[in-house]
Amino acid sequence: MVALTLPKNSRIQPGKTWPAPDSGDIREFRIYRWNPDDGANPRIDTYQIDMRKCGPMVLDALIKIKNEIDPTLTFRRSCREGVCGSCSMNIDGTNTLACVKHIEEIKGPVKIYPLPHLPVIKDLVPDLTQFYAQHREIEPWLKTDTPEPQAEWRQSHEDRARLDGLYECILCACCSTSCPSYWWNGDRYLGPAALLQAYRWLIDSRDEKTGDRLDNLEDPFRLYRCHTIMNCAKACPKGLSPARAIAEIKKLMVERRL
Amino acid sequence: MSMRTPLSRARGLGSARTGTEHWWLQRVTAIANLPLVLFMIGFVVAHLGATRAELAASVHHPIVAILLAAAFLSVLWHMRLGMQVIIEDYVHTPALKLAALLFNTFFTLLLGVAALYAIITMALGT
Repeated sequence: MVALTLPKNSRIQPGKTWPAPDSGDIREFRIYRWNPDDGANPRIDTYQIDMRKCGPMVLDALIKIKNEIDPTLTFRRSCREGVCGSCSMNIDGTNTLACVKHIEEIKGPVKIYPLPHLPVIKDLVPDLTQFYAQHREIEPWLKTDTPEPQAEWRQSHEDRARLDGLYECILCACCSTSCPSYWWNGDRYLGPAALLQAYRWLIDSRDEKTGDRLDNLEDPFRLYRCHTIMNCAKACPKGLSPARAIAEIKKLMVERRL
Repeated sequence: MSMRTPLSRARGLGSARTGTEHWWLQRVTAIANLPLVLFMIGFVVAHLGATRAELAASVHHPIVAILLAAAFLSVLWHMRLGMQVIIEDYVHTPALKLAALLFNTFFTLLLGVAALYAIITMALGT
C-alpha cells in the first residue's frame, strides 16, 4: 500500500547548526544528513555561509561546506556544468542539478534533500541501481538484422533531427524520482527517464527492432503507469519532456493496431 | 536482501503485451461520455419534480431509452477502467488487490444490469 508516513527509522530529527564565522551576506543551507554507520535517524544540519565568499550555484555552496566547514557531508558531483548528471538532488522542493541551480533563485533557507523515494546510501547519495537496471532493460543501443555496412549506418537530416530533445538526456534521474507513479510502482513502472530513452531508440530511423521494442513496453505497468502527471517535464534540468516522449510511445502503440 | 541481479528484478515477469486496449477504451468511453452525460443531465433537469408516470412516458420513447442505456453503459465502463487503474496504483497487498479488482468488476456489472433493468421495465411497461 501507499505509505503516507515515514517508517520510524526514517523520521527526520533536528540536527546540528554550523554558524558562519562572521557576519556578512549570510545564507542558510539546511541539508539532509544520514549516516548508515551510526544507527541514528536522519537529521537536518544547518550551515550558514557568507555568500561573498561562495560561488553562485548550489554545488559551489556544497563544495564550500565540504572543504571548509564539514568534510563528512557526502554528495556526488563531477562535471559542475550540467553534462554528467551526478549532482542531482532535491533542492528547494524540486529535483534538479546542484551545479546549474542558482542560489539566488531560492527564497529563504536553501533546503537540500536526496532524490525522493530512493534508498539512501549516505547523506545526499541515493541508490540508483534499479534506475540503471531499468535503463539497461530497454536495451539502449542500435539493433539491426541487416549486415553492418562498410561505412556508417546512414540517416537523413530529418531523421536525425527527430532525436533532438531526446539524446540530450544525461540520466540524472531527476524526472523518474519526481514522478508519483514511479514512487508507488517503481519496481514495475519503467519511469520517465527509461521511457524517454526507449522512445529515442523507437524513432531512430536506423533501428530495425521497433516492433520488438514496442512489444517489450506494452504492459499495464512498464508503460501505462504514466498518468501524464507532468512532474518529469517540470523537473528535467535539461529542459526535455519525458512526458511527451511517453505520449508518443502510447500513440505508436495505438497506431500499430488501427 | 534479494540476491537476484538488478536486471533480473527490473525485467520481472516480462512484458504482459497488453494495456493498449485498456488505455484506448478509456479514451473512447471518455469521448462517448461527453454527449451522453450532457443528455443525462438535460434529461434529469427536464424531469425535476415529475411524477413516475410522466417519467415513464418520456422513457417510452425509444431514442430516450436507448440514449439513457448507452449513457449508463459508457459511464460504468469508463468507471470500471479508471477504478482499476487507481487500485493497481495504490493497492499493493496481493490478496487485497485481487479482491478490490474483483469487487470493482462485480459492482460495475451489478449497477449496469440494475440500470438496464430499470430502463427496460420503464420503456416497455405500461
